[in-house]
Amino acid sequence: MSEPALLSVEDVSVDLPTPRGNLRAVDQVDLKIGAGRTLGIVGESGCGKTMLSRAILQLLPKKARLSGGVMFDGQDLVTLDPERLRKLRGRSLAVVFQDPMTSLNPVLTIGTQLIETLQEHLELDSVAAKRRSAELLAAVGIPAPEQRLMQYPHQLSGGMRQRVAIAIALSCEPKLLIADEPTTALDVTIQAQILDLLAREQRRRHMAMILITHDLGVVAGRTDDVAVMYAGRVVERAPTPVLFKKMHMPYTEALLAAIPKIDAAPHTPLPAISGRPPDPTRPIQGCSFSPRCRYAAGRCHREKPLLAASESLDHQYACFHPIQVTAGVCA
Amino acid sequence: MMQETRQSRRDPLLKVENLGVEYAVGGKTVHAVSDVSLQVARGETLGLVGESGCGKSTLGRAVLQLRRAVSGQVLFDGQDLTAIHGEALRRMRRRMQLIFQDPIASLNPRRRIGDIIAEPLVISGVKDPERRRELVCEVLSAVGLDPSLVIGRLPHEFSGGQCQRICIARALVLNPEFIICDEPVSALDVSIRAQILNLLEDMKARFGLTLLFIAHDLAVVKAVSDRVAVMYLGRLCEVGPSEQLFASPAHPYTALLIEAIPVPDPDVRPAESVPVGEPPSPIAPPSGCRFRTRCPRADQRCIDEVPELRPVAPDQYAACHHPLIAAG
Repeated sequence: MSEPALLSVEDVSVDLPTPRGNLRAVDQVDLKIGAGRTLGIVGESGCGKTMLSRAILQLLPKKARLSGGVMFDGQDLVTLDPERLRKLRGRSLAVVFQDPMTSLNPVLTIGTQLIETLQEHLELDSVAAKRRSAELLAAVGIPAPEQRLMQYPHQLSGGMRQRVAIAIALSCEPKLLIADEPTTALDVTIQAQILDLLAREQRRRHMAMILITHDLGVVAGRTDDVAVMYAGRVVERAPTPVLFKKMHMPYTEALLAAIPKIDAAPHTPLPAISGRPPDPTRPIQGCSFSPRCRYAAGRCHREKPLLAASESLDHQYACFHPIQVTAGVCA
Repeated sequence: MMQETRQSRRDPLLKVENLGVEYAVGGKTVHAVSDVSLQVARGETLGLVGESGCGKSTLGRAVLQLRRAVSGQVLFDGQDLTAIHGEALRRMRRRMQLIFQDPIASLNPRRRIGDIIAEPLVISGVKDPERRRELVCEVLSAVGLDPSLVIGRLPHEFSGGQCQRICIARALVLNPEFIICDEPVSALDVSIRAQILNLLEDMKARFGLTLLFIAHDLAVVKAVSDRVAVMYLGRLCEVGPSEQLFASPAHPYTALLIEAIPVPDPDVRPAESVPVGEPPSPIAPPSGCRFRTRCPRADQRCIDEVPELRPVAPDQYAACHHPLIAAG
């Protein structure tokens, strides 16, 4: 990536005070994404992927403490004044959440919610905003858009609601779209449709996208780069094809192995990862994956491995005993 | 459906015949399950897949008589459950158990794990508390939990994966023959999901169980099932041995489901051929074949005539007028 990054997350940590002590949700994360690129962030629940997206959007819970910098389009979002930040969000920085029922306002019509966004950010008059809203609904594959504008969210199916949420997110031609588990609440056939829709709109608008998911299958065919998170940290990062061909981090390997494969014979025992992720209020000394890692040795339990580059600069991993899985060809 | 009798060569423990379940919603009728017939052989795992609202959970509940059917029969070990009530039904139910999707919500938050697991024993009349404690410890060890650390604690002290282990222990404590697993791993993370799937397989072998495994994730279903049944909008589309069904699906809906699974391999480009549209409402299902509104092969016959389950390959049956593989 030689072009300057559109978004650059620099040494970001998020701490949340809880009754059980400080919870470090995001731990010293560095990420970059160029204009028009797609970055997948993969991890299990509690790994900090959603907190990281909220840190980027400056939508953290009030009690949370953020350190580090979030540079977006030449501005540091952490220090930006609230009014300018509000103008930026929804305009050039948009988001789609997992559950479209909670991200849409249940007592306003679809039309009101779309038109509101358009008038707020693009200063369109009501006639133009209404026409543009119908066009947007049509673009995300909603039949009879004029009638849909007058409906309420509860009158739509889950897939249709997510299409509306995407239409609102795309309405002001954002430079970066953050999609946080956009298809987790949807059925497989609808999931495929929504992912196709996001990919199509992303290419057409030359928009950058961060796709946050727990499913390695979702990022495999649809992202340029992948960052794998575990216990608040990025533990491996690489261009998507490189990562799947030659993963170095034992957690990534274990995560991929634990997914049931459609071409495996029935009753094949799955290579499960033993144990469970560490309690984020009780930080582990050394590598946070070490209690579950089958390669862990003495040093892993004492020292935290830092994210370091492998033979290629693009591919980074945080592990003292990287594995050299080679499936098929590799560089 | 006479072919049904040949669906599985082994002795069926469960036989569902022409089952229909309807709900009344705001004066309208939801056709949740329509004319479904299937069998589960002793010691077999039958996977039941379909998208949300297809009636797969309703079918599971109708098998256990938690929801009464409007038509058809449910034969468990030769006895029609739809015809019995009260004590007779309760006695049969001890032989069947159910595991739900949300393990945390299915445990009473105010009761200790030991009491939760012992409750089925209390209800079924095991009066000796020492004996109950013994049985509870036995199942807890079987599901991989240390009884001494678990019994006195409350559900909120456990993770989702551990709660699902507790639910499995509760289902096993009466030593049932048949368990319906309704989306048992959908709420769990990938790394925990594999542990629970492996556990279910172990328990099945150890206790000689027969399973009806309901899920929306085809890869998960395939991992544990001997045969798979595919449901769409209340009807069965296709039934067949897992491997065969995935290798050569006969029903266009099965093919669509397989195509839509995201493959964790960047060399496999996602198919862009996924048809548009969503499942219609089960309040007014389409005439004829219920999948016809989204099917690329649909024609006039599919509008006029309900397709019956017909054999398309050995042990494989599809309800389609234009199956993707020809009957041989």
